[in-house]
This record gives sequence, C-alpha cells and structure tokens, in this order.
Amino acid sequence: MTTRNYKTDLPVMMPVDGKPKNRPRFRLKLWHGAVLLGICLLSPTLSFAQSDAGQASVLEVLLRWMPLLLKGFIFNLVISVFAMAIGTGVGAMLGLGQISLHGWVRKLAWAITQFFRNSPWLVLLFFAMFLLPFQLRIGGVTIPLPDWLKAIIGLSLPVMANVSEIVRGAVTSLPSGQWEAAESLAYSRRQTLWLVILPQCVKRMLPPWMNLYSILTMATVLASIVGVSEVMTLTGQALAAEGGRTDLLAPFYSFVLIIFFIYCYPIARWTVYLEKKFAVKG
Amino acid sequence: MSWTEDQPMVSVRDVHKSFGELEVLKGVSLDVMKGEVICIIGPSGSGKSTLIRCINALNDIQQGSILVEGIEVHDKHLDKLELRKKVGMVFQQYNLFPHKTALENVMMAPIRVLKENKDDVEKSARALIKKVRLEGKENSYPGELSGGQQQRVAIARSLAMKPDVILFDEVTAALDPETVNEVLVTIKDLAEEGMTCILVTHEMGFAREVADHIYFTDRGVIVEHGKPATFFDEAKDPRTKEFLSQIL
Repeated sequence: MTTRNYKTDLPVMMPVDGKPKNRPRFRLKLWHGAVLLGICLLSPTLSFAQSDAGQASVLEVLLRWMPLLLKGFIFNLVISVFAMAIGTGVGAMLGLGQISLHGWVRKLAWAITQFFRNSPWLVLLFFAMFLLPFQLRIGGVTIPLPDWLKAIIGLSLPVMANVSEIVRGAVTSLPSGQWEAAESLAYSRRQTLWLVILPQCVKRMLPPWMNLYSILTMATVLASIVGVSEVMTLTGQALAAEGGRTDLLAPFYSFVLIIFFIYCYPIARWTVYLEKKFAVKG
Repeated sequence: MSWTEDQPMVSVRDVHKSFGELEVLKGVSLDVMKGEVICIIGPSGSGKSTLIRCINALNDIQQGSILVEGIEVHDKHLDKLELRKKVGMVFQQYNLFPHKTALENVMMAPIRVLKENKDDVEKSARALIKKVRLEGKENSYPGELSGGQQQRVAIARSLAMKPDVILFDEVTAALDPETVNEVLVTIKDLAEEGMTCILVTHEMGFAREVADHIYFTDRGVIVEHGKPATFFDEAKDPRTKEFLSQIL
C-alpha cells in the first residue's frame, strides 16, 4: 500500500494519525503452554508435600501415566484425521450435490446436509455406535467393525454436513461473472466447475475447513462416552487405578486440556493467518 | 436452412424478455451483417446489455427469434456450446480467471473446449497477447494488471476461440479514463480487420468513429437507428435528441 504517502493542502479527510493502528497483541507461543503445564503439575505437588508420606507425589504419578495418556491422545488424533478425511470426501460430494442442476439431487443433498448439521454430535455418535453392527459379512469375508471405527464414522457425519455447507458457500460466494465468462467461452458446466470455480474456491474453503478440523479434534473426546479407549477414557482408568485420589483429578485433566490446546491452538493461529492472507489477495 | 454470407450473421426479431414481472425488452429487432460493427446506445436500464446477453444465450428470451448464422437461439434444444463457439463476449468487469496468468487465461478455452494442440494454442495465444499490445505481461496474474490491461487480455481470450462475432458489453465502463483509449484502440483494430462486433457502449465519439450502424434503445424498444452521421446529426425522435443532448 503506497496510498499513505499523499500530501495535499486541500481540506480532505485524512487518517487520524496517518498510521494504521497496529496494536501489540498478546500471542501465545508454545513455551507459554509449557509454563502452564509446569504450573499445573507443580502446584498440587507442592500442596501435597504435607500429605501422607506413603503416597507417590502427583508429579510422579502423572509422569508414570503420561506415555499411556499420550498414546490415547494419538488415538484421538487418528480418529480426528480419519473422520475428517471421510467427512471431507463425502461432504464435498454432498456440497456439489447442493449446487446440482437436477432439482431432486439438490433437494436430497440439501436435506441430508441440514439434517446432519443440526444434530448434536454426541447423538450421532451414539447412533453410529449402536446402530452399526459389530461386524460386516460380505460374501464369506467378515469385516469387524470395532468401536473406534464406528466412532470415526459417527464423527464423520457432522463433519460431512459442515463440509457440504463450506463447499456450497464457497461456490455461491464467487462472483457470477466467473460463471458467465466461462459459459461464454463455451465451457460445459462440468468444465466451468472444475477448471474455473472450484480452483478458486479452495482458498475460500481452507480456513473454515481447518476450523472445522480443530472443532472435530476437540470433539473426539466424546468417543470416551461410548467406550473407545481414547485419552479421556484412559485418564479415567488411570485415576481409578490410582485409587481415586482426589488430588490427582486436577493435574490429570489439566494435562489432557493442555495437550489438546497445544495441538489445536497452532491450527487456529494458522487459520487466522490464512484468512488474512487470502483477504488481501482476494 | 443453412446460412450464407449474404444473410445477416445475427438476426434479432421481435425479442421480448422479462425478469419476472419486469419486461426489459419489448419487441426488439436488428440485423448484423458479417464484418459489420454496430453500437447499441441508450440510457441505463434500457435493456442494452440484456439484449446482447440474449444473443449468446446467457439470458433466455420469452418471445421472438434470434438467429446466429442460422442457428435459432430461442430453442429449447439449442446446443449452447456450439453457439458460444461462434459468439465471443467481453464483459464490463473483465471476468478474467484470477487464478490463471494472462497467457493461461487466453489458452485455456482453445485447449479445453476446442481440444486444440497445446503448442499451437500457445503460439497463437502469444500472438494474440502481442496483438492487444501486452507483450511481456504473459505471466502476470489478472490482479497484477490494470483494468485496461485486464480488459485487453479478456479481448484476447475471446479472440482465441476464433469467434465469428464478438459481443462487447460496456467494456470501458469500469475503466479509469486514461485506460479507456487503449481498449478502444484494440477494438478498433478488430473492427478494421473485419471482425463482426456488437457493442453496447457509452463512448459516443468511439461509436461515431467505428460503427457502421447505431441503434438507440430506450425502455426496452429500439427508438431510432441509422448510420452514425445521420444518427448523431439528424436524430428525429425526441427521446434520442434528449439523450444525445445530455451526453454530447
């Protein structure tokens, strides 16, 4: 932007102080998370210096369980990645269905999208858990459907509906001139969509899509309610194994909160960065 | 009925077009012969743009007939893609594809739609970019070009399809005054080469200079038409006179 260098004697409106306000903003860095983690771990440890001498310190206990909890967290990430992949694939097709020229395709895609977008994620998860069989028999082959796979399917349903809306929204947000230009160059509808419209939509879809992924990752803990051995389930089991010590509750759940935060926060920052970048370039 | 060059290339007959309740075109007729340049002028909202958008079937019509080289545009079974290979169009807002470079914008349609050989297309695309005086801008993205430059790329893009007639929809209306001329010069070059052009324009001086025939529309009808000299100097209809007095 070079427009700030103008000089004039005419009585025109000038920016109040000539400079855009660039407020210094507090930004979280990774090491902030480490500090938080430290505080969470240490504070109960210190407070328990006075407790029964026979018990292991909170930090010791947490460190002992940490590898298992992290494994559980990685399982959460696996669920999130697969649910996102399935949801994105099917959702993209639904989204294209929503802009189909065939009325019935459009209506059907719209109805499916609306249904799954307006259903609670947990209820969808329960449906997937209890309505899907525990194994599929196709011909002579039996394919087991373990709980975690059902959880992936259950969570991919709301993702699918949201991706469908992201796709539809991005396509309809492009100026109609792009369609008209392509049409007047004798592009078929399919060519217009794949060569002109969708490539431009990717940029518009990326930030909301990443946002959705972040939300999905945080929602994977819902799977604990239906018995998948992810990080929340394991945390509960670890606490039970330690004999239900109440002083362990806060540190353990704080630990879970913080690992999610460390994973999701950079995604959120990156999303904001991309939104800004794309907003400038149009 | 096959079309021959002694018949009008574009023949518009008693065309009616409504958007819902609003009737925009109320029985418009005009003929364009091969190699002719016609300008459609008139106040805003008089249906000029709608009229030329009907010629390449971007808008449908409710009544009447539009023949382009003998192809009836007002036909449910019209092969729109075949029609649009013959009829190019340039828009007020350029509508270049922002994710493609100038050269790619020009090359895309011949490769994808006409299925022409890529090397040949590139050669002719570079020639077209040179023709619209944009040598050196081949690899620029539309966002990096001025309005006038973008519009000239848009003209090159349209020419790449080797259309028989090009529709220009107020192509200079969105431009900065200093870049209007470069676009008009480009169109004039085309006109002199014998390209059939239908222009909707507010550039009266330009219309007078290049047009073979001027049509004046107001409220959905053609009020008056004629050769530029007679039209501008001896307008008969009071509406034409009023319009010209406001604009000249």
